[in-house]
Order: sequence, then structure tokens, then C-alpha cells
Amino acid sequence: MKKLILAALVALAPLGAQTTVIQNATVMTVAKGTFKGSVVIKDGKIAEVGEKVMVPQGATIIDATNQYLIPGIIDCHSHIAGDGGINEGSVSVSSMVDIKDIINPEDISIYRALAGGVTTANILHGSANSIGGKTIVLKMRWGKDAQSLIFEGAMPGIKFALGENPKRAGNPQGGRGAAGQTVQARYPATRMGVEDTIREAFNEAKIYKAGWDEYQAKVARGEHPIPPRKDLKLEALKEVLEGKRYVHAHCYRADEILMLMRVADDYGFKIRTLQHVLEGYKVAKEIAAHGAGASTFSDWWDYKMEAVDAIPFNASLMTKKGVVVSLNSDDAELMRHLNSEAGKAMKYGGMSETEALAMVTLNPAKQLGIDNRVGSIEVGKDADLVIYDKFPLSDFAKVQKVLIDGHKYFDRDEEVSSRPAKAAEKQKLLDKEKQATPQRQGTPTGRGGRIG
Amino acid sequence: MKKLVTALLLLCAYAMADGPVTVAIHNAKIVPVSGPVINKGTVVIHKGLITDVGESVQVPADAWVIEGEGLTVYPGLIDALSTVGMPGAAPAAAATGGRGGGRGQTTTLAAPTVTATAAPATRSMGPEDRPQTTSWTIAADEISPTDRRIETVRSGGITTTVTFPTRGIFGGQGSAIDLMAAEKSGEMVVASPMGQYIALGGGRGGGGGGGFPSSLMGVIAYIRQVYLDAEHYKLVKDAYAKDPRGMERPEYDRALEGILASPRILLPANRLVEVDRMLRFAAELKQPTILYGGREAYRDGAADLFKKYNTPVLISLRWPTLPAGADPDNEPNMRTLEDIDKAPSVPSVLKKAGVKFALYSDGIDAARDLQRAVKKAIDAGLSREDAIRAMTLSPAEIYGIDNRLGSIEKGKIGNLVVTRGDIFDDRTRVEMIFVDGKQYKPADTTPTGGRGMVTDDPGGNR
Repeated sequence: MKKLILAALVALAPLGAQTTVIQNATVMTVAKGTFKGSVVIKDGKIAEVGEKVMVPQGATIIDATNQYLIPGIIDCHSHIAGDGGINEGSVSVSSMVDIKDIINPEDISIYRALAGGVTTANILHGSANSIGGKTIVLKMRWGKDAQSLIFEGAMPGIKFALGENPKRAGNPQGGRGAAGQTVQARYPATRMGVEDTIREAFNEAKIYKAGWDEYQAKVARGEHPIPPRKDLKLEALKEVLEGKRYVHAHCYRADEILMLMRVADDYGFKIRTLQHVLEGYKVAKEIAAHGAGASTFSDWWDYKMEAVDAIPFNASLMTKKGVVVSLNSDDAELMRHLNSEAGKAMKYGGMSETEALAMVTLNPAKQLGIDNRVGSIEVGKDADLVIYDKFPLSDFAKVQKVLIDGHKYFDRDEEVSSRPAKAAEKQKLLDKEKQATPQRQGTPTGRGGRIG
Repeated sequence: MKKLVTALLLLCAYAMADGPVTVAIHNAKIVPVSGPVINKGTVVIHKGLITDVGESVQVPADAWVIEGEGLTVYPGLIDALSTVGMPGAAPAAAATGGRGGGRGQTTTLAAPTVTATAAPATRSMGPEDRPQTTSWTIAADEISPTDRRIETVRSGGITTTVTFPTRGIFGGQGSAIDLMAAEKSGEMVVASPMGQYIALGGGRGGGGGGGFPSSLMGVIAYIRQVYLDAEHYKLVKDAYAKDPRGMERPEYDRALEGILASPRILLPANRLVEVDRMLRFAAELKQPTILYGGREAYRDGAADLFKKYNTPVLISLRWPTLPAGADPDNEPNMRTLEDIDKAPSVPSVLKKAGVKFALYSDGIDAARDLQRAVKKAIDAGLSREDAIRAMTLSPAEIYGIDNRLGSIEKGKIGNLVVTRGDIFDDRTRVEMIFVDGKQYKPADTTPTGGRGMVTDDPGGNR
């Protein structure tokens, strides 16, 4: 009997462990100001936030004295965690392909992003195509399988791209998406062609949609028609027309930004976010009127012609015109210090701490339609939280711990202290390998089975 | 005894001649695989079939008797995924070797001529162009009885290969072939079609000039579209067959005909991530599936996945190694080292977990190399019984041809391998091989070098 009670207690223990309290932190909620206090986490959600909170019995306590707590950083533009290339550059419209099919939960960039405080990222197809592939929002649940990384319920997206990248892929000399040497040119090779490609694709999609609508009407009338052929390329565009898929459009120049919004208006869909959008400050009013979000770099430009006319005030100027602005990385390295990228918005354009931090938390959450779940520290939201040792918008701040859904996915102390053991384990395998193959050169196994 | 040896030698000299109609191997150790080992027994083959096996078996009067003292008789080995018999260097189409040649060859991957009708330089602009697809190709139609590898691999004890056309994404349909010296390929075919060979190839451009698909996600999307098309094609075709009046005539599509004719699909998966991805994909495609590769199936969770999806896996015997001549300063990563250390334990791990699996040579042609590779799995925990099963009855079961192959049972095809010593031991000699009841002597094994890894390695560089 005693054993049974003990067993019952043991069984109950994990239930208690599902409650966590982070105490004595400077809590930057983003939505409701900054204060010194605590956050209570229950079952993966934020249960209580305040200067004084009730500490439930059996709760795991994380003491964050002299430390800062912010909502998990959200990167609205990333290309990590994919296998086998993120550009299907062979065709101008590659909406049949889906990042969801190639999620690689073992990409070390996920763990490194965690170490930079990122808990959610919008994983985009590349920019080689006027209309690119389908995109997906992931949580950085390092150690879980591919399906478990997917941000449940987040609207899927699609990548569009304007300007140099999609037209360069159509250049007979090659460029992005070309497989070496001179290839047959892929239409389009001009900005006009990019617009035409998008319009043509949606013309096709409208006809396709009409076919399916007609079929469904017949079925509703009790008829038994043969369904139309399902076309994965047009299916994705049909979803855009039906408002079931967000458009994330890579763009730089003001004229093409306006062009795309006109095209969207003509076909009756919305651009959810303009990505990069370095000349967005020139047309911020129009962007706001369309209702598009803008996801830009803090101060990264001049890497190609169309990225020349940029200013570091872009983010703050667009914000002042009423555009929801986020700062993104587009890069596995930059992704690890988005906190200091946000800090730059304070220097250029005088954003407040909260406004700046929102650009990598609440604003990208709004852009991705997941602000009901993440982006700020509020009761009921997912416990996606980051603890920094110093003021988080500073270059000197280091991530100490990262929680997603209340579970710890990164702990700086544990990481550092586990390194000698990992190194020893690796050395053991290296020695073993060396012993097994005394001289590596010219082993008869040949090239076939090699990996690495 | 001496006489017998002479007779044996004489017979070997005739190797390919029409041997005796009835053969009995007498007083040998018999490993039937389907049942317990017979320490001293007799196997009788008549007209190419096993007619009797057991401890006390009547040897027919007309039988040519082989004294089996000191010999062990196994069912002929089955290579569950092979290209043996496929013409290797046919003009144009097959010359490049395509994806089948394995990684490292990709730089020479000149526009694979995909279809006879399409102009060679046509750049695939989407799934409609059916890039890198020869799904209608059936190995049985292509088999070349003069392929020199037939003798090479037979000398290692392999009597049957499930041979696939492996070029492109949809390579074509495999056939089980018996490795005999035949004049006509038709004699060799045991069962066909066995399934559709699908490769992902990491996505390296379809058609001339880097056409569609050029990425892994492109390849996956393409395969998905093809199965959607096949489903729709069948629907329309059936409706038209039922009543063509007033109905637009459906266009004939040989790519989809090939898809519909395939009883199952083979998908590549080496990494755990790929196992997860491909099992989900196969479930989505609603096709009976076999995965091939299996390098990381030793990892936690892999066996559970195979069981959850009730899918068998073919494990490549080409165990991972570090590349020859690798830069010693370029330290391999932890996962690579783990793979090298643990991959040979995959068969034993899967066996313990109750996952259906078979081993395949993956282009290891020379008898010694094959023996060594299997021995590695045995050293890593696989029992000898399970090792032999993984190359006989298990592959036969996986392909649904265990009613004719894979064990020494009455009524099954007379495919045997006779050794002196345990078949996978280093010093064991294959003494003779029977294919369809005909005896063959192992050839002097001058390794042909093989053609490298035959199967796809998706995911590529990590």
C-alpha cells in the first residue's frame, strides 16, 4: 500500500512540474509595460503576470534577479531548418512546392536561433521566383520531430518576389536558380515580366477556381460530376484568392511595391507582408492603406542595385505612418541577435524601448496572425519567454534561458557545462573510427557510402 | 569420393550446359530458413524445383547425387534492391547513369534523356512535362542476360535480384530475376512488376538546363502531383470506359499508366528525419511502400516509426565511412561519427523491435565485400539466423514472392547456395550455386569495382 501511494506521488510529480514561476525579473511585456515582478506558467501558458503573484505549490522556480524577461523573439523572414534547397528556381511560378515537406528539425541553426532568443520563425521559400513556394511558421522546438515544430493553427503563407532576383533567374547568363553554365532563359527577365508572370498566374488560378466552384455547386445540387484535376500550383493561388494563405512578398523598390499592391487589388487579395521593403519609407502611406505589414532590416543594404536607396530610418518612418513593422534576419547568423537589431530602431527614429522590442516580438506576431498566441507577455498567451542577463536591446545582453510552451529549450549554463562531456564523447568516437580504419586513404569501400 | 570430385569438376566445366534433371545434395547441413536447421539431411531438386527436403529423404534413382558431407546448404540469397541485369551503358539514354550513379557523379549529370519523345534538351517547365520519369519502364523488359555482373554477384551466393531501373525520379518498375546463364531474358524473370523505384536525388534539375524540379521540395511536390494526376486519370478513364458517348476522350499518359501498374513504391530514407518524412509522405500517397537506405534507423524513434506505419525497410549494406582521403583537419561532425559507429547495428535494432527488414547489397558486387558487410551487421548484434533470413525469406516476404522463393521448402524454386562453413564467415568458400536447379561454380572473383552505390542518397551533404 505504501508503495502504491509512493507510486501515485511519483506519478503526480510531473503534473506539479508543469507549473513554473519566473521570479524577480524585469518583465518587458511589450503589451502592458515593463515592471519588476514574476510570471506564472501553467500547462505551457502564461497564467499570471504581476509584481506580486501567488506561487503555486510544487512549482518550479526560476530566479531571475537582476535579469530581464521578454516574450520570445519572432523572426518574420528566415530560411533555416530546410533540407535540399529553399529555392525551386527552375520555374517562374513554383507555388506547388512547400517548405512544410522539407522541414529539418535537426538543423543546428534552430538551436543557435534559440540561443539568440528566437522562439518562432517564418520559414520562407527563396526569392528566385515571381511566385515562389509555400511557407510555414515554426516554433524552435529543438529536439522534436518535424511535425512538432509547426506552429499549430498559424496561417500558411506563400512567397512572392519582385525585382532583381526573379528576373535574374531568367537571365540567359544564369543567376539564382541557374544550374551553372548558360541555361535556357527562364521568363521573366524584366520587372515588367515579373508583373506579367504574377498576373498570368492569377488569371489561370481564377479559371481554376471557377472550375472547382462549378464542380462544388453541382455536387451541392446532388449531381455526380467528375471532379476537375487537382493542380498543386494553382491550388496554392486559389487559397490566396480565398484568403486562406498569406502572401509574403520580397521587394525593394517603391515602384514595384506599388505595382504589387495594384495587382493584388485587381485580383481581390491582400499582401500580408512586404519583405525587405527597403524603399517602404517612400510609400508608407500606401502600404498602410493596403493593410500590408512591413518586415525589413535594421541597417543592412547596398548589397545590390535595388537595395541602394535605403535608410536606417525605414522602420521608424513606416511605423509613424501606421504600418505594422517588424525587423527580420533572412540569415541564420543575423537571426541570433535580432534583439540588438531592434535596439537600432531607438537610435534611428527614436522608437521607445517597447516600440523597438515590439518589432521583433508583437509586430511579427501580428503580421503572421499569431498575436493571439505569442508576441507579448500576457495572461493566456503561450509561455514563449526569454531571459537575458542584461537589458535585452543591448549588444552586451546574453540569452540565459529560453522557454517555449513553458518548456525549457535553451539554458546557457547547461549548454556551457555540458561541453566537456560532449567533446569527450566525440573524441571517443573519433578514436574508435581511427582504430577501425588505420589508414583512411584508399580504403576499398570507395566513394559510394561516404557521408559527411 | 575422388570420383565424385572429378564428376563435380566435370560438371563445373559444363557449368551452363543443361545439367541433370534431378539433383540431390546428400548428408549436408541444411538451413531452410523457414524451419529449424537440419544437421544432416538431403535436398532434392527436380526440373528446377525443390521436390524434397529433410533428414530422411528418398533419393530418386535417377538423381545425380552430390555428397554433402561438410557442406551447408542455404536458400539462394536475394538482393532486395539491385541494378544487376539492367544494361549499364546503353547508348544515349542510359549512358549518364543519372542519379543511380550516386552522389559525386552529379557534376557529370548531363541532361538525362528522359523520354524518347521529348527532345533531349527540352527544359522541364513543370510536373506536366513529366521530368525524369520512366515509370512505364519494366526491368523485365530491359534485362540483359549478358551483363557480366550476373556472374559476379552469383558467385557471392546471390541467386535472385530484385532489379530496378533507377534513373531519374520515377525510375520504373522492378522485376525479380533469377541470375542464371540464359539466352533469353524471359527465362530469368521470376515475378514482375515488383514496384516503382522512386529517388529524390536531392533535386538536381530536371531536363536540360536545370529545369523543374531543381530542389528536394520540388521533387516531392512533383511526386505528389503525379499521384494526384494518376488518381484523376483513373477516374476519367474508368468513366470513359463505362460510357464514352458524349464524353471528351482522355489523353493517354504512359507515365501515369506506369504509376497505376506499380503494386508498391520504394522511397529513399537514410536519416531519421527522412524516415519520418517519407513514411508520412507514403501515407499521404496511399501507396504500399518500402523504404530503402535505413542508415540512421538505429536512432531512438526510428523503429517505432516503421512499426507505426507498418512499413518494411531495405537496409543498405554499404555502411557509412569517412570519405577516403578526407582532410584530417576537417573533423567530421558528431552525427557522422555516430552513423559510422552505429549504422551496422541497424539490422539488430530493427530485429529486436520487430520491424520487417531486408538487407541489400547497394552495389557491393564482389563476394568477399558482401560477406564482410554482412559480417559487420552480425558483429553489431544481428544473429546469423536473422542475417541469412534478411537476405532470403524476408525480402521474399516483403515483395510477396515468398510462395516461390526465400527458403528451402518443397515446391519452391530450386535456388540454393552451398558453402563450406558459415556463409558469412571470412574464410567461407561458396562451393556451388543452384539457380532454377542448375548448378554454377563461383567465378574467380576479380572484383569488377562495381558501379558504386546504386540507390539514392537523399538529403545529400549535411
